[in-house]
Amino acid sequence: MIALDRIKSQLEAAVPGARLEIVPNDSPSGQRSLLVDNAHAAAVAERLRDDPELRLDYASNVTGVDWPETELSEKVKIKRVVEGVESEVEEIRKTLRPGYLEAVYHLYSMEKKHGPVILRMRTENRTDKARLPSLTAVWRACEFQEREIYDLYGIVFDGHPDLRRILMWDGFQDHPMRKDYVEPDDFEYEPTPHDEVLERAKRHHSREAAT
Amino acid sequence: MDEGLRSELQKQGVFTTTLEDLYNWGRKNSVWPLQFGLACCAIEMIATSMARYDLARFGAEVFRPSPRQADLMIVAGTVTKKMAPQVVRLYNQMPEPKYVIAMGACAISGGPFKQGYNVLKGIDRYIPVDVHIPGCPPRPEALLHAFMTLQRKIDEQPLTGNGRPRHLDPAAPSEFVVPQFGAHDLEPPSNSSLWRAPAVSEKGS
Repeated sequence: MIALDRIKSQLEAAVPGARLEIVPNDSPSGQRSLLVDNAHAAAVAERLRDDPELRLDYASNVTGVDWPETELSEKVKIKRVVEGVESEVEEIRKTLRPGYLEAVYHLYSMEKKHGPVILRMRTENRTDKARLPSLTAVWRACEFQEREIYDLYGIVFDGHPDLRRILMWDGFQDHPMRKDYVEPDDFEYEPTPHDEVLERAKRHHSREAAT
Repeated sequence: MDEGLRSELQKQGVFTTTLEDLYNWGRKNSVWPLQFGLACCAIEMIATSMARYDLARFGAEVFRPSPRQADLMIVAGTVTKKMAPQVVRLYNQMPEPKYVIAMGACAISGGPFKQGYNVLKGIDRYIPVDVHIPGCPPRPEALLHAFMTLQRKIDEQPLTGNGRPRHLDPAAPSEFVVPQFGAHDLEPPSNSSLWRAPAVSEKGS
């Protein structure tokens, strides 16, 4: 299996203008992914599939990730004058990282029997600009999986042959896998409720008593 | 009838019974289920109908493919909200007398997936259930026990008066409201004439 850095440099040479980035992974699996920009995603995907060394012809899994807006805080050492003496002080700096939705593709090669190469695409934001190019033309397996991501996350895939809901019914309004999804008041019977379930049950009963 | 008199007559070769016993005996020994498996409990239902735990010897001779010819609906598996209207529609299409067995934790109350966004928390929200089988999945012996419980229930139904089966009671409903797909949930979320949310006790864990 070729290293991700070499794949990145080969792709940058083959597809001019593509902006690729390796997303690090601190977990024990250490699987790093390749972030590709939306405009060149189709070209990069075709290159990954047709390259004679890689031949990644099997998209085994396509999934979505919801990254809500988070406040990142990092400790920064800066020089500051404290009581007349210039010294290095640790300061906590907070930055607001805007939220986005992401589609993650796991690619394997049936021919060369190697993989996975993980491809990521990010939307601009979580509200109105949640569009990504569809890679169904490159790997047919993406068709249903992208429908599932549209259903559950709300990412619209441009160029998808048949984009409609697959798990929920067609008139359903929300996107259930988003972090801000609110479940309907569908009473969940729990014989020994406590904490959150108890609060929800009490609210349901008070709402029912009111109607 | 006096039991002593009955046994005396039996020794002489005269057998007596009541119309009710005869009617219910015929009904309970030929309950034909509808082919209705949704998820993993369906595999256990298939195993129950196969050679080792044969369900046919109890009268469930064939699993009917059409609801118009079935007496019993064994709801085996998780009922999703997308599937719930079809389940109720099939139940409505079954002719009386009809019975429902809710097999497995998912059909009773949503089971291990009850917090899911698409899971209906129990099919008894929309159709009347006669026997519930706990288990995930319940063993074939449990399904056989539930079948026998249903047979005992049928046996105890009188022909007249309270508790008579629905097909002899013109006032009893036999078709129930089919839920519609709403914007966020099924509408109505449950059939209030059939199911009320159980009260929550204040004592936690």
